[in-house]
Amino acid sequence: MTLEAGQPRSLEAEATNRRIRRNWLLSLPAILLLLVAASGPLLIVLVYSFLKPGDFSGVVWEPSFNAWFQILFSRDIFDDTVGLADAHLTIFWRSVRLSLSTTLITLVLGLPTAYFIATRSGRQRTFWLFLITIPFWTNLLIRTFAILEMLRNEGIVNNSLMSLGLIAEPIQILYTDTAVLIGMAYVYLPLMVLPLYAAIERLDFRLVEAGYDLYANRLQVFRKVILPIIKPGIVAGSILVFVPSLGAYVTPRVLGGGKNMMIGNFIELQFGQGRNWPLGSSLSILLLLIVMAALLFYVRASSREEPHG
Amino acid sequence: MSDIAVSAQSITKVFGSLSGGLRALDDVSVDIKTNEFFTLLGPSGCGKTTLLRLIAGFETPTFGSIVLEGVDITTDPPFKRPVNTVFQSYALFPHLTVAQNVGFGLEMLGKTKKEITHAVDEVLALVRMEEMAHRYPSQLSGGQQQRVALARALAPKPSVLLLDEPLSALDLKLRKQMQIELKRMQMETGITFIFVTHDQEEALTMSDRIAVMSAGRIQQIGAPRDIYNAPTNRFVADFIGESNFLPAEVAEVGMVTLANGNKVPAVVPDDLVTGSKVTVSIRPEQVELDPAGEGVLAGTITELVYFGTDMHAHVDLGDGSVLVARVQAEADRSLVKGEQAGVRFASGGLRVVEDGS
Repeated sequence: MTLEAGQPRSLEAEATNRRIRRNWLLSLPAILLLLVAASGPLLIVLVYSFLKPGDFSGVVWEPSFNAWFQILFSRDIFDDTVGLADAHLTIFWRSVRLSLSTTLITLVLGLPTAYFIATRSGRQRTFWLFLITIPFWTNLLIRTFAILEMLRNEGIVNNSLMSLGLIAEPIQILYTDTAVLIGMAYVYLPLMVLPLYAAIERLDFRLVEAGYDLYANRLQVFRKVILPIIKPGIVAGSILVFVPSLGAYVTPRVLGGGKNMMIGNFIELQFGQGRNWPLGSSLSILLLLIVMAALLFYVRASSREEPHG
Repeated sequence: MSDIAVSAQSITKVFGSLSGGLRALDDVSVDIKTNEFFTLLGPSGCGKTTLLRLIAGFETPTFGSIVLEGVDITTDPPFKRPVNTVFQSYALFPHLTVAQNVGFGLEMLGKTKKEITHAVDEVLALVRMEEMAHRYPSQLSGGQQQRVALARALAPKPSVLLLDEPLSALDLKLRKQMQIELKRMQMETGITFIFVTHDQEEALTMSDRIAVMSAGRIQQIGAPRDIYNAPTNRFVADFIGESNFLPAEVAEVGMVTLANGNKVPAVVPDDLVTGSKVTVSIRPEQVELDPAGEGVLAGTITELVYFGTDMHAHVDLGDGSVLVARVQAEADRSLVKGEQAGVRFASGGLRVVEDGS
């Protein structure tokens, strides 16, 4: 009796094909959802950014680069001269500045916090991590209003400073960039602490001892040994804080009042009172591109960290 | 004074509270000579690593002081001590290349780039790792990492090099090779080596002097040969090599009476009076087997364990104690399990040991 080699193989191939077909079928709902819910709207936004605004809202289906042009430049109403859109630049600059400051503040506050937690014993660690994650359980808007209550002229911050005699009358914190910064640092601090904790927790403290042994003092050990090793955690935390900060909407809206807008508020304005959907769309795409650039930077920074082999 | 590299003076180290804490070292004093290959030997938990870490500065003693070349360094932080450590885990910096790892100490000491490059080349040549200079630790084998760790600790030319079980992670063949190389490097550099190990063979092979430790105390300090041939107490006799222990009674100068009443010559300390109950030790290779009826003791051969050139014969003495004799496997084919045999001791082999740990 001879075995026909071809036959079982073709049966096997068919089984594989069937399995692939079934897998496709099973993942179809998810793929559809992604296409409809994520890529679809994104595509609409992209298309809208190349159209003209309608008179009251919506878009007119005429191709135009005007929205992209408007991001940076404005045309004088009277003599049609082209100038830089100062108001826009101010908003961009404020967004980037506040996001970078938020990242820096959370990093400076988060690093010792994460170090403290990572060096506790097992059960204490769980407790502190639990405390860090508690704010996530409450709605962002409610937490932001709580911050607003504290920063008010008659709020707890001003009242305590006055009762301590440090200031004579309330200082205006609310509706300033400082208020926005405080709010964002508060909201995004856990996003910095958690990746930092993960990085420090993995740090081999014998390396720290080796550093001390090789004549490095505390600062040098921190700079030359600890910092480079936990760098992926720092980059991850910074991206996690920077990206949502840049697109923040609620915090600047509540704590910054109407005046101190960030990109997120400005985009919202275009779809509302501004009645300029194409500009709003082009701004959204721009924001997306900045975020993607940041993520790309993260990927490169973290992949360079790992030596090959 | 200057021929003492490190002097540990009445060191006590307690982890936790003074009364209830763990007493890792209990009033330990030891002088380690300059250019010496000194080994701290003992089972895990005996305090040897703690003593090393105290010298390195990672721990501070609860009582006592540490003097390095005449200078009290008890409270100095590690980075102010001219002492470097080879860690058991190697602890190489994963983000730095081999050359950068080795140059780390020199960089921290503020040496110029040129000096660092020169010293790194030199020490990498010493450990035969020149070709690996630009690799990262993760690209090296265990043995290579070991050499880099050694190079890194040697590069700043410390007064004393501390080695914390550096060979324990290597396989047997590599370990033997590194033992010889370590000894060579110690000779070439002239640096005092303080070596921690639980491997008695390693200690005997490499050391100029050994301190045998147990339960936070030093049991005996001496040259490998002295420690092996003349252990002062039962712990040392048992831990270094193998030993048989027998109950005996001091008979007269240089003689003890065994359990069966026979008097045999033994090394007896002068301060023991006749009639004292003692324990005598004898190495298996110093136990000789005779035909039944001869020798100072009689027993039954219960087990024959073959080791290649040698064989261990277990002899049941009838009173519950079993004596192990090491005999040449080829010469003593006459030995048969279950047969009676006489036992004789090589002269000078039997010695009285202190019972205390």
